[in-house]
Amino acid sequence: MLSFAITVVAVLISAALFINLWRLIIGPTVQDRILALDTMYINSIALIVLYGLHEGTSLYFEAALLIAMLGFVSTSALCKYILRGDIIE
Amino acid sequence: MTQRKGKSRFLPMPIHSLLLFVVWLLLNNTLAFGHIVLGAFLAITIPMLVTSLAPEQPSIKKPGLAFRYFMLVMWDILTANFEVARKVLSPMNKLSPGMVAVPLDIKSELGITLFASTISLTPGTVSAEISEDKQWLYVHALDIDDEQALIDEMKQRYEAPLKEILGC
Amino acid sequence: MDYIIEAIVACFLLLGGVFMFIGSVGLVRLPDLYTRLHAPTKATTLGIACILLASTIMFSIKNGTLSVHEWLITLFLLITAPVTANMIAKTALHHEIKMLKRSKGHDLMEPARHRAAPCQKKEQE
Repeated sequence: MLSFAITVVAVLISAALFINLWRLIIGPTVQDRILALDTMYINSIALIVLYGLHEGTSLYFEAALLIAMLGFVSTSALCKYILRGDIIE
Repeated sequence: MTQRKGKSRFLPMPIHSLLLFVVWLLLNNTLAFGHIVLGAFLAITIPMLVTSLAPEQPSIKKPGLAFRYFMLVMWDILTANFEVARKVLSPMNKLSPGMVAVPLDIKSELGITLFASTISLTPGTVSAEISEDKQWLYVHALDIDDEQALIDEMKQRYEAPLKEILGC
Repeated sequence: MDYIIEAIVACFLLLGGVFMFIGSVGLVRLPDLYTRLHAPTKATTLGIACILLASTIMFSIKNGTLSVHEWLITLFLLITAPVTANMIAKTALHHEIKMLKRSKGHDLMEPARHRAAPCQKKEQE
């Protein structure tokens, strides 16, 4: 049952990723694209955690944590860049 | 390194120390004796080294109330999500979004940060910008019926307890 | 016993997956940038919290010891999600991106952009 649930959730999250990709492509403004990218980061964390559950190992935890941190830093760097044209003030 | 008056030499930043200790144990996912010792060592030495960089230290006046506030926020995050999910899936033309300006009573920077983060995480509101004089917080709401009611609710539900917790 | 735990884990996983999906649907369906900010900051954060909770339960039972390092990710995302939303809203205001026609408080956009106090709403204080 668990493997079935994991499959279903993986499909849901992949669909969510495709929807985000759609927003990333059409997004009328730069901010929309940044938001879509940020959401994609979080979705990919979920996907990695799911894969860890599927394989029954907690080795992927570090990867998920790293993606979370990189996602935040890159989003704020992008925001800073379009706000001021400079990342480090 | 110079120590200011009224600060403990041993634990200049108690909250940071606790946070470092807990995060170290969480990161290693263990309660082994060696890691507790190492975590405690890091939690004591790192604040000692960086204390001169951070000028003012926040202090929690009422830990019991802080815990209750935390539980309240967690509960509101849960309900907020069901509400937002319902709004996302219902027809879009019923939505009436808008921007409101919330007058701030909290003066400390930590208080404002916590208040803004809280309202970003809870029902249908995202904090967008703060005025230069730290008197007004601009908040975007997903669905407004009555601006004044929304402002009052945010103020008395989140700002009042925060003010009491931080004692400012 | 194992069956019940598997059922609980599966429930949390499904709940998390549905919330993440709803967050992404909101990202596409909502009409303007400011409303679009709401869906990912809230729904996606709760979604990932549910999935990480499922992972905690699963590995705690499997290894026999409490496995809590997933909470670190949850904590991190709970702290960073509002900051991200705030920064995106800030840049949107800075770039004068318009709100939806029917939204309230259009008069607040200009003072918010200049980080000034709202002019005609002083009597609220």
